[in-house]
Amino acid sequence: MSDLDLRSHADVTESQTAADPEAAPGRPTADPSSVEPSAVAPSEPEAAAGPGDEGPLDPSQAVFELADLAVHYGEFCAVRGVDMTIRKNEITAFIGPSGCGKTTVLRCLNRMNDLVVGARVTGQVLYHGVDLYDDRVDPVEVRKRIGMVFQKPNPFPKSIYDNVAFGPKVAGIRKKADLDEIVEEALTKAALWDEVKDRLGKSGIGLSGGQQQRLCIARTIATRPEVVLMDEPCSALDPIATARIEDLMAELKHEYTIVIVTHNMQQAARVSDRTAFFTAEVNDIDDTRTGLLVEFDATERIFSTPTDQRTENYVTGRFG
Amino acid sequence: MTDTMAAPGAVLLQSTVRPGRRLRNVAATVWMWGALLVALIPLGAVIYYLVSKGIAVFNLSFLTEDIPASPRRTGGGMGPAVVGTLIITLTAAVMAIPTGILGAIYLHEYGAKGKLAAVTRFMADVMSGVPSIVMGLFIYATWVLVFGLSGFAGALALAALMLPIVIRSTEEMLRLVPNELREASYALGNSKWRTIVTVVLPAAMAGITSGAMLAVARAAGETAPLLFCVGVTSKVNWNVFSGANTALSAQIFANAQTPFAGAQERALGAAFTLVAIVFLLTVLARFISSRYSVKTR
Repeated sequence: MSDLDLRSHADVTESQTAADPEAAPGRPTADPSSVEPSAVAPSEPEAAAGPGDEGPLDPSQAVFELADLAVHYGEFCAVRGVDMTIRKNEITAFIGPSGCGKTTVLRCLNRMNDLVVGARVTGQVLYHGVDLYDDRVDPVEVRKRIGMVFQKPNPFPKSIYDNVAFGPKVAGIRKKADLDEIVEEALTKAALWDEVKDRLGKSGIGLSGGQQQRLCIARTIATRPEVVLMDEPCSALDPIATARIEDLMAELKHEYTIVIVTHNMQQAARVSDRTAFFTAEVNDIDDTRTGLLVEFDATERIFSTPTDQRTENYVTGRFG
Repeated sequence: MTDTMAAPGAVLLQSTVRPGRRLRNVAATVWMWGALLVALIPLGAVIYYLVSKGIAVFNLSFLTEDIPASPRRTGGGMGPAVVGTLIITLTAAVMAIPTGILGAIYLHEYGAKGKLAAVTRFMADVMSGVPSIVMGLFIYATWVLVFGLSGFAGALALAALMLPIVIRSTEEMLRLVPNELREASYALGNSKWRTIVTVVLPAAMAGITSGAMLAVARAAGETAPLLFCVGVTSKVNWNVFSGANTALSAQIFANAQTPFAGAQERALGAAFTLVAIVFLLTVLARFISSRYSVKTR
């Protein structure tokens, strides 16, 4: 039960009622000081979402605060110098060329890098002010609150129902009626319910690629996380399935904080509120590549008036 | 003009495959089918021989009646040996299969590249190469000389033979489970042990069952270690822990070398029974694993 304590129930019910994206900005907030940033933040993706000038950031809006984050695999430094604040109910996109550490940074946010032998994280990753890499933090608890959708759709070789019910069962929910409700709700939110409601007992492996990825999203949100991390969720999908998942992200951000890694700059421009541009530096000595964060700003600004020349070269296609 | 226009399509009509390559293709195909036939002939011959000779003596009372005290007598049955084979193999399986699966889980999911895992893996390889009679001798020296002949002593020897097979086949199957599934489970807040139980083992279940059944089939047919661990009896002994027992394989060995027609018939009947038991176990394992294995449709 403790896993539910951290997420504010008030927020969930509010945003559920605010299904219309236009209604979201006007959503009442308890703390008056948060009005200014939140009034702008969750605006439509097409409006390019500029939270604009970095006004005073309400601490309650900061989900992750990264400071001087670096990840080493053994001796090799995969990425370094990452400083950013990821805000609540926003979509934050990580873009950049291959090998620049986007995925590595993403996997720091729910401690998935723990599973890689020899991975070492330095610097600071605060989650609501708590250091995720504190010795007392249990990575299993972290992952209950911070879900992840992977690049390749990876449904379990179980039925569609069991795929979605898996997380809730892990969390200790046993009653069939409760599970039924959660499964329907999660599949509905993932825009998959109508397609699979008559074959919940069939294997998740039998679905098409796009359906499998939506099943994986349903499986993730069935655990009711606060944050959903997405690692190139559309890279294996066709444009129609991609569009569906992008629509889904726009819907989901009213309830969840989303961080997405993408190779597709148009996608970042379409869906995200803020964008982080990473690049890779080639180390002269051993010819390895180390990623670093170049610029992190409102998406609109990254794509129109970036401050760094490297960002401009990348987004205008002069450097890939 | 028309020539050059026609050329790109016309090229498709003339094969560029050289005659030598065609010839090699035909030769390889003939060889492949020939090898398949050669492999099938002994298999078919063994089954034909066993069924044609065994079915004559095989009936329900053959499975239940005691073995005649004297090999000269005709009739009688293989009841004690059927019981002995079943309980000894079952006891061995109960000891070896869970241990082997847990060992493989350690090797693949926990030990990985550690020293202990490397040593264990190496020992399992060495053990799978140990001849069964050596294993029997070892159990004879360490167990039978202290506690006497029993079905359990035979089961110990069989378990020691099964263990490396189960460990290595299970480890191979765990290796085939894609890492993405483990990551998906971890990302849902599942712990390592529960990931193994709820995701990894079910995904690998069909292969693990096959490996375990292979080990059981091998153990059920073993003769050498049973000869001097289990002893011999002509009466049914349901108690695996005490008293001499017997097994089908040992009875085939004992009866087939006598000059008496009755005993030889019983040996053939026992051989047929043994093959039937192994066959049934295999079918059962396939059935079980198909119920629990990966759903793909």
